[in-house]
Amino acid sequence: MPRQFQRGTTSMNSLEPILAKHPFFEGLDPAYLKLLVGCASNVRFDPGAYVIRQGEGASHFYLIRQGRIALETRAPQRPPIVIETLEEGDILGWSWLIPPYLWRFDARIVEPTRAIALDGKCLRMKCDENHDLGYELLKRFAHIVTQRLQATRLQLLDVYAPNA
Amino acid sequence: MPPTLEQPGISHAASDPMRPEPYFVASVSRETHDTFTLSVEPANGVPAAGFAPGQFSMLYVFGVGELPISISGDPEQAGRLTYTVRSVGPATQALVSRVTGDWLGVRGPFGAAWPLEAVRGKDVLIIAGGIGLAPLRPAIYHILRHRDDYVRLIVLYGARSPGDLLYKKELAAWGRSPDTQVLTTVDYGGVNWRGRVGVVTTLFRHLRMHPDKTVAFICGPEIMMRYVITELEENRGVLANDIYLSMERNMKCAVGFCGHCQYGPYFICKDGPVFCYQKLRGLLGKHEL
Repeated sequence: MPRQFQRGTTSMNSLEPILAKHPFFEGLDPAYLKLLVGCASNVRFDPGAYVIRQGEGASHFYLIRQGRIALETRAPQRPPIVIETLEEGDILGWSWLIPPYLWRFDARIVEPTRAIALDGKCLRMKCDENHDLGYELLKRFAHIVTQRLQATRLQLLDVYAPNA
Repeated sequence: MPPTLEQPGISHAASDPMRPEPYFVASVSRETHDTFTLSVEPANGVPAAGFAPGQFSMLYVFGVGELPISISGDPEQAGRLTYTVRSVGPATQALVSRVTGDWLGVRGPFGAAWPLEAVRGKDVLIIAGGIGLAPLRPAIYHILRHRDDYVRLIVLYGARSPGDLLYKKELAAWGRSPDTQVLTTVDYGGVNWRGRVGVVTTLFRHLRMHPDKTVAFICGPEIMMRYVITELEENRGVLANDIYLSMERNMKCAVGFCGHCQYGPYFICKDGPVFCYQKLRGLLGKHEL
């Protein structure tokens, strides 16, 4: 399936209120939003498209505004395994933050999706220049990572299995 | 005394709680590959036992054994009792193998109910996992029928896979009701599944809650309930007094005589199965309890 990736023409100024409204950036200092908006672009994906591919360079992360995305991993001689779905208010991807900056999963569009893409290299540069911004971002990603780790642990327990 | 939600009107348990009453199977319908819903009616001409949402009966399959099963039907539908049963062993297999006209012994209803009268005027957040939706369905029926008594109704439901989701048509219908939000998810979804994949706790991030106005009813595997309580208390600010859960243990007599279902200072059959979490704090998840 070819990747379908459409960048919008929304100006950076009009992206700032969108960033501010997204739950991931809730309560973030407006000064930081002004820094971040320079790394942001509006994107749209159609069902079936792959936003990211396992093993490829993790160049962005995404603030999902609308739609549904399935995080998948591949297994030999069987269909891909869906690990989790993400939707409005969620974020997709933290591999841009951690070396070697490679995606660990595939992300397939399930329903038409609109998102804000944030350029990872641009973000890392801004975080290196402004450690307060970097710390704030890291706290927010740590919260997401913790939530997903807890969810994965519960998922692994397979609590609804017969005789579980 | 007129019947109330917490004290249903007619209970066979009041006469002799250990004596099963004869009922016959009025209908059986398949919910999933291993889960069936049975409706039973009294075989002796007496009215069917009334019940409060959250209560359970002891169902006796003659020659096989007796099982505690939550009532999953509409509390205001007189004349019959409805149960949703998952086949996980010989006794439940025997139960789901009943056909229309077969006889069963029924004791009950027993146990504490969801506190539906006490939570009037609040948002009701219902969180169910797997077969745990069955004991909560009567509460949902009640809230939908008495919609003005409650503010928002939110149902979060998680199942193992798309094929394991119970009451699919009803879930869709409930979601179309005013001031009602129904979110479902599955732990494992195939590539053709277009719904959500993720454990039931992941649904919380799609909610806007008012913790001081919300009461939560939870039923599912105990581990799942512990994760849900952590989410409610630590991340959402819901107080332990506003969290209720339905517990499960090996119940035999159903009236607190035998002690099989003792849980710390409580008997699940008599003091529960519905408990306020405040009572169970410190017990839930305790080793060998």
